Amino acid sequence: MEKVEDQNPQQEEDQVVNPWEVSAKDGGKIDYDKLIDKFGCQRLDQSFVDRVQRLTSRPPHVFLRRGVFFAHRDFNDILDAYERGQKFYLYTGRGPSSEALHLGHLIPFMFTKYLQDAFKVPLVIQLTDDEKCMWKNLSVEESQRLARENAKDIIACGFDISKTFIFSDFDYVGGAFYKNMVKVAKCVTYNKVVGIFGFTGEDHIGKVSFPPVQAVPSFPSSFPHLFSGKDDLRCLIPCAIDQDPYFRMTRDVAPRIGYHKPALIESLFFPALQGETGKMSASDPNSAIYVTDSAKDIKYKVNKHAFTGGQETIEKHRQYGANLEVDIPIKYLNFFLEDDAELEHIKKEYGAGRMLTGEVKKRLIEVLTEIVERHQRARAAVTDEMVDAFMAVRPLPNMFD
Amino acid sequence: MGYSKHQLLARLKELQIDFSQYEHPVVLTVEAQAKYVGNVGGALSKNLFLKDKKHRYYVVSALADTKVDMKVLSQRLGLGKGGLRMAPEEALGEILKVPLGCVTPFALVNESASHVSLLLDKGFKTQERCIFHPLSNDMSISLNAFGLDKFLKSIGRDPTYIDMEANPPVGKDQPPDLASLVPSGSTVLPDLPEKTPSQDSSGNHPSAGNNSTAVTAKADKPSSAVQNVKEKSVNGVQPSIPSTDAGNFVEELLDRTSTLLLSEISEDSIKRHGGQLGAEVANNIKKCLREDLKNLATIFKNTAYTEGFYAGTHYQPKRL
Repeated sequence: MEKVEDQNPQQEEDQVVNPWEVSAKDGGKIDYDKLIDKFGCQRLDQSFVDRVQRLTSRPPHVFLRRGVFFAHRDFNDILDAYERGQKFYLYTGRGPSSEALHLGHLIPFMFTKYLQDAFKVPLVIQLTDDEKCMWKNLSVEESQRLARENAKDIIACGFDISKTFIFSDFDYVGGAFYKNMVKVAKCVTYNKVVGIFGFTGEDHIGKVSFPPVQAVPSFPSSFPHLFSGKDDLRCLIPCAIDQDPYFRMTRDVAPRIGYHKPALIESLFFPALQGETGKMSASDPNSAIYVTDSAKDIKYKVNKHAFTGGQETIEKHRQYGANLEVDIPIKYLNFFLEDDAELEHIKKEYGAGRMLTGEVKKRLIEVLTEIVERHQRARAAVTDEMVDAFMAVRPLPNMFD
Repeated sequence: MGYSKHQLLARLKELQIDFSQYEHPVVLTVEAQAKYVGNVGGALSKNLFLKDKKHRYYVVSALADTKVDMKVLSQRLGLGKGGLRMAPEEALGEILKVPLGCVTPFALVNESASHVSLLLDKGFKTQERCIFHPLSNDMSISLNAFGLDKFLKSIGRDPTYIDMEANPPVGKDQPPDLASLVPSGSTVLPDLPEKTPSQDSSGNHPSAGNNSTAVTAKADKPSSAVQNVKEKSVNGVQPSIPSTDAGNFVEELLDRTSTLLLSEISEDSIKRHGGQLGAEVANNIKKCLREDLKNLATIFKNTAYTEGFYAGTHYQPKRL
């Protein structure tokens, strides 16, 4: 029996993690062990990574190898079914609150693209323009516009158009999707949703009735043009761990309305340039690397704003080595440097003080610049027509090929 | 080809716009222009022709004294801090159809400039008269901002005046205030189904601009929208092959492979691997290029699919 989070998370004194707020206790680091424990999900250990490698016949993605995606619910069921020849589909999404996307935003999408390629499965991507309209008080038109703009960056991550359906809530809610929303809504009391999401009497009813919108893409019958007749199809949701509350609620409801519980695979938070304790915020352009940054911007930001664990003087550094626990360049390399051996080498040398902060930063700048430039090239190739095609309600006959 | 100075002046007279004209030797800068028309009782303007990283163009027209910070404007437009650059010289002739030193709001009369966004300094409204070049640097005309508005409206433009010196914060909760002035597509296809109907009559939604240019744009295949991107890239990041030309695609793949191949073969590596160098290089190439080439192939596939999709949604069923 799964733990279902009943306490209002904001009443607890330690860290706060929910879809609208992430903050550590006393300005410290997020305690992921505590989080897994509190939420009731499972750790993703090495045996999973090995199993994925065996099943997909290719090296596991760098995020799996490095424990960036570190928690799951029922991922083993997905793999068991896959081994028996039963496929699944992927579901992920974005809340389009701004045009400024940074690398942290891309992480779930990069991983989802890998999952799509490795397992050869279809994907639905939800753009919650209605949510941002409600929570960020944007106009309907502005949130729809942002949804389309964000769709372009998402497409630039390299999704296969013959296996991917992108939709915005304002466009798609209705029909079978709405029927499932009502089924879900009937199973969640007002008190329950207040308990999970912390709504108060002052919150407007739009917010209170939003959670089913994010829940129902987990059910194949929400997409009759894609999965008609495949009610048994399982769903895997790659997301950051702060989205867990939505899907705890969904998993609670699913068996009651006759559907499989969706499986989840969850990631750590991407740290701000200023350090784990800093907040990555769209209003501080120096807190993150944006996908629109030039090579010069990246060099400047890493050199001037990245929080390092290096010692204050070269002598001290050679003597004591760097503090890898707080060093941001090392953490970023952990996310983005493909070569395991090279990363190990850098960690060893830097930790021992033989390698200087400047060198580590230089390598990071190279790695980040390559990623951002590749993204920008791909982004330049995305036209409005391509967005229309990705977002069209159309059959995907080759989605499992 | 482009509108001429005389045609413009005739048009202004037709529209009964009150203006004064001053001929002078060719000038390329505001300082030089000031020598001739600095004392005629109008405010001089400075005009910039800018482009962003996505090859969208902007004419920024302001009072000569107004401070224009390109970094701030770039942020307010939602392009990030370094998103705006001066447009290359060729673009002046190609798009605005004016010579160097002659950027002017009047250049938007040309069809080639239909997708160029115009940002006007609200300071113009406080002046009796403002001075611009009428498509040629050997003349200046002075007119009231109302007159300019009348002209712009006559060519289907909605004049937008902004406070150029303002520097509002831009962030997660404060979307860029000028975002609606960013042109929404480099070429616009006339009968593209408008998925987001702009019921909002305030005219701030970018597709409002889309509608007015849709009629005048050429009906091109979607892939050529993407070809334009390839041609226009001058500085910054070169776009990858955003086309469905198989030849270009293969050339790019071969280019990358041979570059890597050449870098792998050196005196050093020959000494190290001898006869085995072939196998070693082949392995490295596969390892390094696999993901890159797959990404390129996916872009190619997506672009081709999009072309097909567009064709399919616009196909006319056979008449029975």
